[in-house]
Amino acid sequence: MTPLLRVRDLKVHFTGRDAARSTIKAVDGVSFDLAAGRTLALVGESGCGKSTTAYAIVGMESPTSGTIHFDGQDITRLEPRARRALATEMAIVFQDPSAALDPKMSVAESILEPLAIQGSSRARQRTRLAELLDRVGLPAAYAARTPNALSGGQKQRVVIARALALSPRLLVLDEPVSALDVSIRSQILNLLMELQQELGLAYLFISHDLSVVRHLADDTMVMYLGTVAEQGDTDAVFGAARHPYTQALLSAIPLPDPVAQRRRDKIILSGDLPSPLAPPPGCPFASRCPIRVAPCDVVRPTLEPAGTDLRTACLVRAPSASQVAAPA
Amino acid sequence: MHPESGAGALADVLSVQDLVIRIGGVNVVDGVSLAVAEGRILAIVGESGCGKSLTALSILQLLPEAARITAGQIHLEGHDLTAMDEAGLQKIRGNRASIIFQEPVASLNPLMRVGEQVEEALRIHRGLSLAQARHEAIAMLALVGIPDPGMRAAQFPFELSGGMCQRIMIAAALVCRPRLLIADEPTTALDVTIQAQILDLMKRLRSEVGTTIVLITHDMGVVADMADDVTVMYGGQVVESGPVDRIFAAPAHPYTRLLLATVPRLDGQRKTVLRTIEGNVPAADAWPHGCRFQDRCPLASARCGERPALAPVAQGAHRVACWHADLVAEVA
Repeated sequence: MTPLLRVRDLKVHFTGRDAARSTIKAVDGVSFDLAAGRTLALVGESGCGKSTTAYAIVGMESPTSGTIHFDGQDITRLEPRARRALATEMAIVFQDPSAALDPKMSVAESILEPLAIQGSSRARQRTRLAELLDRVGLPAAYAARTPNALSGGQKQRVVIARALALSPRLLVLDEPVSALDVSIRSQILNLLMELQQELGLAYLFISHDLSVVRHLADDTMVMYLGTVAEQGDTDAVFGAARHPYTQALLSAIPLPDPVAQRRRDKIILSGDLPSPLAPPPGCPFASRCPIRVAPCDVVRPTLEPAGTDLRTACLVRAPSASQVAAPA
Repeated sequence: MHPESGAGALADVLSVQDLVIRIGGVNVVDGVSLAVAEGRILAIVGESGCGKSLTALSILQLLPEAARITAGQIHLEGHDLTAMDEAGLQKIRGNRASIIFQEPVASLNPLMRVGEQVEEALRIHRGLSLAQARHEAIAMLALVGIPDPGMRAAQFPFELSGGMCQRIMIAAALVCRPRLLIADEPTTALDVTIQAQILDLMKRLRSEVGTTIVLITHDMGVVADMADDVTVMYGGQVVESGPVDRIFAAPAHPYTRLLLATVPRLDGQRKTVLRTIEGNVPAADAWPHGCRFQDRCPLASARCGERPALAPVAQGAHRVACWHADLVAEVA
């Protein structure tokens, strides 16, 4: 079966305007499949390339190489007209709903804007507005309000309603609850889970909050400096991670349980991310890795099977036959 | 007279009593009391608008123009800071007590080398010579985990990562070995592995330097990791306070209990419907009379129209402001 979204060896490089024309490899070889009704989480820290990956898929960035297929169709490079037509198939929800909504537009105008652009009739827009407000749990009376009369959680509901307006099959969710108050987040997460079940949506879910990722995602991809460190089934990534970066990331989440937190063995990484302008030639994680061996500085690891439904890019934990046979 | 001022207050590095902060006719912090004993870490936890950051800023009299302390006392090592003049406060800030903020890059002077920003407090408060101050500053940079501190000291903030800037700010805050460190969401803007480094650093400094810490956060994980004692704020008031293990094992306020229950757990069942707290965080001018959580509380009754006082739960230092704390187990 063709997955809804198929990404192969995606690279997004940015070239600087400096004399050296230095290149930042924001995304450097990312591959995954995402099926209808499923959630793939992209996790990692700032600068790891998770957002750039998502932006390349929705057409906000141009891939340098690799391919993106949506429902079997190659959408890697599209004419503007074809890209606009694709707007009915995919939508994106950003972190900060206050920035995503025009303060001068009413809730109804914001939600209906995609339909207006597609030329829907007034009658169709009216019925759709009622459906969408109901779907995201907002009272019909909110249609006439402007964003300043809404709370953060209500604004994010409006943004989600607008994303659903054209009945897309794929939603890119870029940190959709990070800007919300803690007591509001679970409302929005429940709404997202409910919408996925009812509408069979595929979610590309970007988050740095690993407890949320574990709760929602079927599959998880851990990125580091533009590359994939580890990817696979969410239970495998959280329960049997082999990559030292994934392990450090998991161990760094403070558990909301003081007794368990005191007993835990924490892996505290030293150092910072290398500059993306001068990434290390070997494993991108080598400079902070607690289990680094000499070849890690020169050999770039490839993703290799490391357990059931899990693939890991680590020369130590998941050596590939060719790389072991011929060390650089 | 506050019942706990007296013998107990003397051992406290910081004590805040019945603090009221007013902005435009609204008491945005409304009768907050807290105390931190020497070498302990107190976490003040709550959501946006609960008054936790204003409380933190008010300690060193750093409130924004529009906000005023209209009642209460703030004692640092026995001195009332609310009664102190600016000259007296300047001798304390960065010396006896320091504060660090969420945005390290915004808090550092972009035009000043980071080493000089760490030296500044030593030159002002200790009157050290340039060479002495530089020597101590570089030692402090090493202590907070800046690699190659001599080289880094000569750099400007834009040349450093966010995590490194936060460590510079901590170094500047701690270089005079303050008795009290106030940390307002110190890791919220940082990635989780960098957060782990900074939290680890703060804990090390507490044990090596003996610094007393007031940590402001909205993250229950950070609270569990760091705090000895916890104060939970909602709507400008303290709704619960006590030792960290009690707060997590047996939260007595419905808000604390729900807040803990809404967060997905790493050991929980996946894809289940999460517990929610109804409604929204109300703005300060829309707080209800009486208990301010009542509109969102599953236990609310007519009695909640009257403000509940902070009262002891069973025995010990655990206190809660709720008429229905005995029913809290029904909440979640």
